[in-house]
Amino acid sequence: MSRRRPPLLRLVGLFWSTSVAAEMEYRTDFALAVLNSGFGLLTTLFGLSLVFGDGPSFAGWTWHQAMAVVGVFTILEGFTRAVLEPNLGQIVRHVQQGTLDFVLLKPVSAQLWLSTRGLSPWGFPDVALGVGLTVWAALRAGAGAADLALALVPLAAAVVTLYSLWFVLATTSIWFVKIYNVTQVLRTLVEAGRYPVSVYPFGHRMFFTFVVPVAFLTTVPAETLVGRGSWAWIAASVGLAAALALAARAFFRFALRFYTSASS
Amino acid sequence: MIARALRQARALLSVRYAEMLEYRAELVLWMLAGSMPLILMGVWMKVAATRPLGLEPVDFARYFLVLFLVRQATVVWVIWEFQEQVVQGTLSQRLLQPIDPVWNEVAKHVAERFARLPFVVGLVVLFFALYPDALWVPRAGALASALALTVAAFALRFCIQYTLSMMAFWTERAASIQSVWFHIYVLLSGMLAPLTMYPEGVRAVAELTPFPYLVYVPVAAALDHPAFPVDVPRAFAVMGAWAFGFVVLNRVLWRRGLRQYSGMGA
Repeated sequence: MSRRRPPLLRLVGLFWSTSVAAEMEYRTDFALAVLNSGFGLLTTLFGLSLVFGDGPSFAGWTWHQAMAVVGVFTILEGFTRAVLEPNLGQIVRHVQQGTLDFVLLKPVSAQLWLSTRGLSPWGFPDVALGVGLTVWAALRAGAGAADLALALVPLAAAVVTLYSLWFVLATTSIWFVKIYNVTQVLRTLVEAGRYPVSVYPFGHRMFFTFVVPVAFLTTVPAETLVGRGSWAWIAASVGLAAALALAARAFFRFALRFYTSASS
Repeated sequence: MIARALRQARALLSVRYAEMLEYRAELVLWMLAGSMPLILMGVWMKVAATRPLGLEPVDFARYFLVLFLVRQATVVWVIWEFQEQVVQGTLSQRLLQPIDPVWNEVAKHVAERFARLPFVVGLVVLFFALYPDALWVPRAGALASALALTVAAFALRFCIQYTLSMMAFWTERAASIQSVWFHIYVLLSGMLAPLTMYPEGVRAVAELTPFPYLVYVPVAAALDHPAFPVDVPRAFAVMGAWAFGFVVLNRVLWRRGLRQYSGMGA
């Protein structure tokens, strides 16, 4: 059966099942991960309720529409915890210890290996909670099945965009070596995506649309969900994701030319 | 004995300071990773501009700028280092030194503060250049009590996190406990908004915990604004009591933990 699957998918399946099996050694962590997701969500919703005050809406968003943004943010947070952190967060370690050599020697794309080798189940509670909240909030905000289906497009684009930003930043460790925390800066900036981008003043909004495209990560998918999206924004988010994915790949190849391995 | 302690402190601090200077780029990145208050500043300035809160947008700009500074001055990361030392067994070497291992960690944190300072000052200057309306000169008394409260907040936060670190003797992932703690800290410390804007019930609960003293109280003391009243002597007393409790708990756990510790060489 497994022989009929394409070999790359089989490889990723093996990577992930072994990673999850290894993480299962730390089962009490799972309880903590669930607590962590719960408190994280509670904190965000509480912050949002303070911003809304007693009013029915703020900056053009109703409470349920804004909750859809929180839901999308929580999904992306789970993706970060499950996939980005355990993989791209390790690139700096491979560079520092010289083990990137072994990765480059493997008969598989180095980018694929570096991006899919690990999978942390501790991101799953966030993904589950995020999907639940997003669907619930979208339905309460009056979304139909067509909106939910269409929102998958900007959501997929958001995942690719976030991955590409992480990958580019993690790749810079080939030059700078000791920058464990460069992705931490990105994580902080992405936190701005807990709220719809229109709650920010003009300067912030420009920054979070054109410099660090947080608006495309959570606001555009949520707008599509609640049926107030526009084709222009959806097209822009897909275009941005494609451009960033290609740029990330080119940047990685370029960076590798500067990699002086541990043994040479 | 005091002379010896001073000598040790000087040696530890100068070594750690030199070490921190080596990683200046990393320090700048850590500083930027703490820029959440500057993001929330934008939200609240907009809220203040759209509905009457009794506070002007500029008040929020100051609140979150001071909050950013207090957070920069009270960053603590001891749990990750301690967990690593226990899991890898490097704590054993530290135990052989004729000084409690905690002082090494304290020295790292204090030295890092000084290494980080120039970058933080640079960012504040940039902020006021971009937004001159927010510039104000705090009263000397307010500034002095805010500084003292910030130092106390750092000490208290260190005591709490070092106590949580002791869990590393029993679980390999003590840092997961820290991340749950951090969410509650964000919720109750006044980081999301000034504590005075919280609903009465949440605020009453928050005041029973050490969290507001770690962020809100030093910020309020610096702002010296009638909307943010703060009882400075009482704050010191409460922080002292919390710190005392955590130090006692810490020493109990430390003794038990060392008996449990089975790292290489132990």
